[in-house]
Amino acid sequence: MITQGTFSFLPALSNEQILKQLKYCIDHGWAVNVEYTDDPHPRNTYWEMWGLPMFDLRDPAGILMEINACRKTHPETYIRVSAFDNTKGWESIRLSFIVNRPSVERQYRLERTEVASRQQRYAIR
Amino acid sequence: MSETLTGKDRYKSGVIPYKKMGYWEPDYQPLETDVICLFRITPQEDVDPEEAAAAVAGESSTATWTVVWTDRLTACERYRAKAFRVDPVPGNTEQFFAYIAYDLDLFEEGSIANLTASIIGNVFGFKAVKALRLEDMRLPVAYIKTFPGPATGIVVERERLDKYGRPLLGATVKPKLGLSGRNYGRVVYEGLKGGLDFLKDDENINSQPFMHWRDRFLYVMEAVNKASAATGEVKGSYLNVTAGTMEEMYRRAEFAKELGSVIIMIDLVIGYTAIQSMAKWARDNDMILHLHRAGHGTYTRQKSHGISFRVISKWMRLAGVDHIHAGTVVGKLEGDPNMVRGFYDILREDYVKQNLENGVFFDQDWASMNKVMPVASGGIHAGQMHQLLVYLGEDCVLQFGGGTIGHPDGIQAGAIANRVALESMVLARNEGRDIWNEGPDILRQAAKQCKPLEVALELWKDITFNYQSTDTADFVPLETAAS
Repeated sequence: MITQGTFSFLPALSNEQILKQLKYCIDHGWAVNVEYTDDPHPRNTYWEMWGLPMFDLRDPAGILMEINACRKTHPETYIRVSAFDNTKGWESIRLSFIVNRPSVERQYRLERTEVASRQQRYAIR
Repeated sequence: MSETLTGKDRYKSGVIPYKKMGYWEPDYQPLETDVICLFRITPQEDVDPEEAAAAVAGESSTATWTVVWTDRLTACERYRAKAFRVDPVPGNTEQFFAYIAYDLDLFEEGSIANLTASIIGNVFGFKAVKALRLEDMRLPVAYIKTFPGPATGIVVERERLDKYGRPLLGATVKPKLGLSGRNYGRVVYEGLKGGLDFLKDDENINSQPFMHWRDRFLYVMEAVNKASAATGEVKGSYLNVTAGTMEEMYRRAEFAKELGSVIIMIDLVIGYTAIQSMAKWARDNDMILHLHRAGHGTYTRQKSHGISFRVISKWMRLAGVDHIHAGTVVGKLEGDPNMVRGFYDILREDYVKQNLENGVFFDQDWASMNKVMPVASGGIHAGQMHQLLVYLGEDCVLQFGGGTIGHPDGIQAGAIANRVALESMVLARNEGRDIWNEGPDILRQAAKQCKPLEVALELWKDITFNYQSTDTADFVPLETAAS
């Protein structure tokens, strides 16, 4: 199972739980962004954006509507919610958690290539 | 009032008190660019505190024990450090706080070695004081800007690891000595696969007869990559590159890089210059640099003599490490809650306000220097998660060594218990719940769906380390009439 994100070890969050986390982000003045992908490789940084970060949307229910719209269009993908903090000295993500998973989880394999002096070149595929 | 002698009297051959040589200037207004030190001085009996402060200023800057005419070839008034304030320590008749200002030109840019050779050099053995402790330093922005600071910093570390919104989770491989490389890697794999972000070499794991360093690095990276593929997460294990020479440390660091490690580790005992060199190497090679504070307890713990850990924190942020062990409050090692708070603020904030309760004596502007991730390690377990999150906040690494590896159902179970406890607590905090009071209940609820957490809570439920701290604040908040 892919365990990226802040809450991957908990049972899947209900919409009610998601709303509370969205409120936490909005209360801190962070902009929420929804992204999706079918390839949650640990080094796949740029998931597809579901629109722009919602800088001006200050209503958790409104953001949940966007999450649901993304779920409806891309049900068999991983969808994550990220919150951006533009405060000086941070200017990055503050919270990021998965809100949708495909019915079959993506599995990655570790491939090894033997190189000199017992070293392996690793690739995650 | 200044008692400094002037003209011919000042340079008459012989010995005159430091106070009269220009090292006690109570009217001095420190410049924006001055380094200011706060020392806790215990003068010898019969030594007046102002004279003791002047002596400390003198011995940590230009003075020698007697008058020298060669002073007059220099702009000596400028180079003399100036004690400008002496306060009694609250509730202590023997000790005094002395404030001493140093001109910026006394220090070479970007060199902790040079700074410390003056500030904690000969002066700490000086006979006129019984004991001496460097409590805090105000570093001017002009000086801070001569250091590149942490190689990676908290923000970029989080981006590189793709982990946000919660403390990172780590564990130190145990037993710390004796495992073969192959067995060592097993512990790393189990911990990371179970849910930790980092495993860690201990401070004294270098390259011993039971495990050569190359062997360790190879097996550890197999474990890291395998766990990363299994979880889809970026994982790491601090590879300790501490060695007898710089050449050997560089060699080990290069090998860690070649193997694709995201992080390497060094020990405080390698020395300030070696730390700065490794920080430069880390910056040049996109590597996170973890510092274990091995040895600091020899000089930070006792209040009367040595260096406060808040000063070490400042030096290490300048020197450029990304992680530093800075206390747990609730674990097995020394750490008063307020003092630890002060260290964490110094490491993580861009501007730290004076806070005497937390032992922070000066406002400190870090001028956008990267932040250091504090690491909490030593005798902590899942049952303390609410306390840890309240005391330490989310930008830190929580390291559960025994608290992971000691789990009766295995290392993966230990890791799962910690990760579930952590995520439940962050979720609850973000929902606005009072985790300080509801924490134990939140953990019990989470344990209903997580057997490993249930077992961990039961096993370690009564484990606390309630000992009196030795390093505590001298100032307590004044009670107001209303309270």
